Amino acid sequence: MFVSTALFDTGALPREGATWTSAQPPRRQGVSLELDQVSKSFGKRQVLNDVQLELKPGEFVAIVGRSGCGKSTLLRAIAGLETVDRGSIAVGKGSIAASIRIMFQEARLLPWKTVLDNVAIGLPRALNAAAATLATVGLAERANDWPSELSGGQRQRVALARALLHEPQLLLLDEPLGALDALTRIEMQQLIESLWLARGFTAVLVTHDVQEALALADRVVLIEDGRVTLDLKVDLPRPRASVRGNAAFAALEQRLLSRILNQTPSTSAAIAA
Amino acid sequence: MKQKQSAWAPWVLPVLLIVVWQASSQLGWLSSRILPEPWAVAKAFWALAVSGELWVHLRTSLWRAASGFAIGAGLGLLLGLLTGSFRRAETLLDTTLQMIRNIPALALIPLVILWFGIDETAKLFLLAVGVFFPVYLNTFHGIRSADQGLIEMARSYGLSGWPLYRDVILPAALPSILVGVRFSLGLVWVLLIVAETISAQAGIGYMTMNAREFLQTDVVLVGILLYAILGKLADLVSRGMEKHFLRWNPAYR
Repeated sequence: MFVSTALFDTGALPREGATWTSAQPPRRQGVSLELDQVSKSFGKRQVLNDVQLELKPGEFVAIVGRSGCGKSTLLRAIAGLETVDRGSIAVGKGSIAASIRIMFQEARLLPWKTVLDNVAIGLPRALNAAAATLATVGLAERANDWPSELSGGQRQRVALARALLHEPQLLLLDEPLGALDALTRIEMQQLIESLWLARGFTAVLVTHDVQEALALADRVVLIEDGRVTLDLKVDLPRPRASVRGNAAFAALEQRLLSRILNQTPSTSAAIAA
Repeated sequence: MKQKQSAWAPWVLPVLLIVVWQASSQLGWLSSRILPEPWAVAKAFWALAVSGELWVHLRTSLWRAASGFAIGAGLGLLLGLLTGSFRRAETLLDTTLQMIRNIPALALIPLVILWFGIDETAKLFLLAVGVFFPVYLNTFHGIRSADQGLIEMARSYGLSGWPLYRDVILPAALPSILVGVRFSLGLVWVLLIVAETISAQAGIGYMTMNAREFLQTDVVLVGILLYAILGKLADLVSRGMEKHFLRWNPAYR
């Protein structure tokens, strides 16, 4: 798969300066994603087993599961960071290479570059656009600080800005909020949702937090022992902050949780067979 | 007030030592042949400085240290980058270099004298060989231990080749490289002392050996003190480099 370096320089970007937040951003259509019988094993251990998954353009899908179920490997395979043994992964239709960006669990900022230079990595000429994107995550005034001077949540916001600067058509989120405290996590979820609503990219979120999955995704996919064992549509209004904790949200959360917790690995294998 | 205190604190012990030393010389506890009083050392220093002899020796030693360091550390950096970055270079070179590393540089003195005689080349060779390995090893280690997560991130953001090297791998290796440089800067003086006793016509080591023959203990002490001062200066230089190049790192701010 091809992870493109979308080549936007400052001249190509119509938006500059601080008015960016109020102005309507260009709504770029996300791409579709199709996984067909994807399998992968590390040595003798089968991590992914005939994974079948389809995403419509612009859809937000959360992949949940216990740790070690293969959800992170699946995301890394979509990003092209892992090769698969069998099956195919198709991003977008047609021959145009889609722009894919990934957010990791750790922010992975370069400690020797300022916040602004970190956002502009891969696009060193796009400093104005980088500053504008930094403003959309609320960190405009920290542009010249070192990453070591930021809090964990701020670092992840920088990582988000870095990913968004490339105008990704598919954004992959590998438990990016896992290490944050509860309040910061809720703030980040709202930020990610609003940016997703504004820009319309396709998003895949890997998480072990059922609440987070429901707060963000259109669909929640459960992976157990490398297989998709549940594909649940989340029919809640957006923005999700408004429904957080109401009866429908809580019911869905309860249902998902009991589904995950009651399923011991041996019984799920029996069902799959 | 508190800051002033902490600025002077490191010098309390040396000053105290000198006072005790001076006092015990004046009270006759120390024979001037074993250890002359600090005042005599200061006078010897002054006399050497006025006659200009001191500066000749100092300049010669400084030049030797600087050029030996430049050659050794430069080669160490170059080869460390090479073996750290390319597996093929590592398999080709590393075993040989590790074997040579286990020979103490000073054990080469007889061979060096046979090869180069007793002129400048012999001294520079000794310094360069000694300084080479700390820089080489730390550069190699720094490149190899660069954070794989950052490299993966940079690759997925489209960096590769020289930009990846310049923006990610090299800065990641820099703290380790600077540790090597600092170690080498300390080592260069130790090697210089020995190298200059091989038979030199000038230099602090020569001055000291010469003074020993004439039982001028005060001049010997001037030489030893000069090494201490030069070592401290070298340390300050490397600390300054760390502060500048690693200013992003909270540990060096």
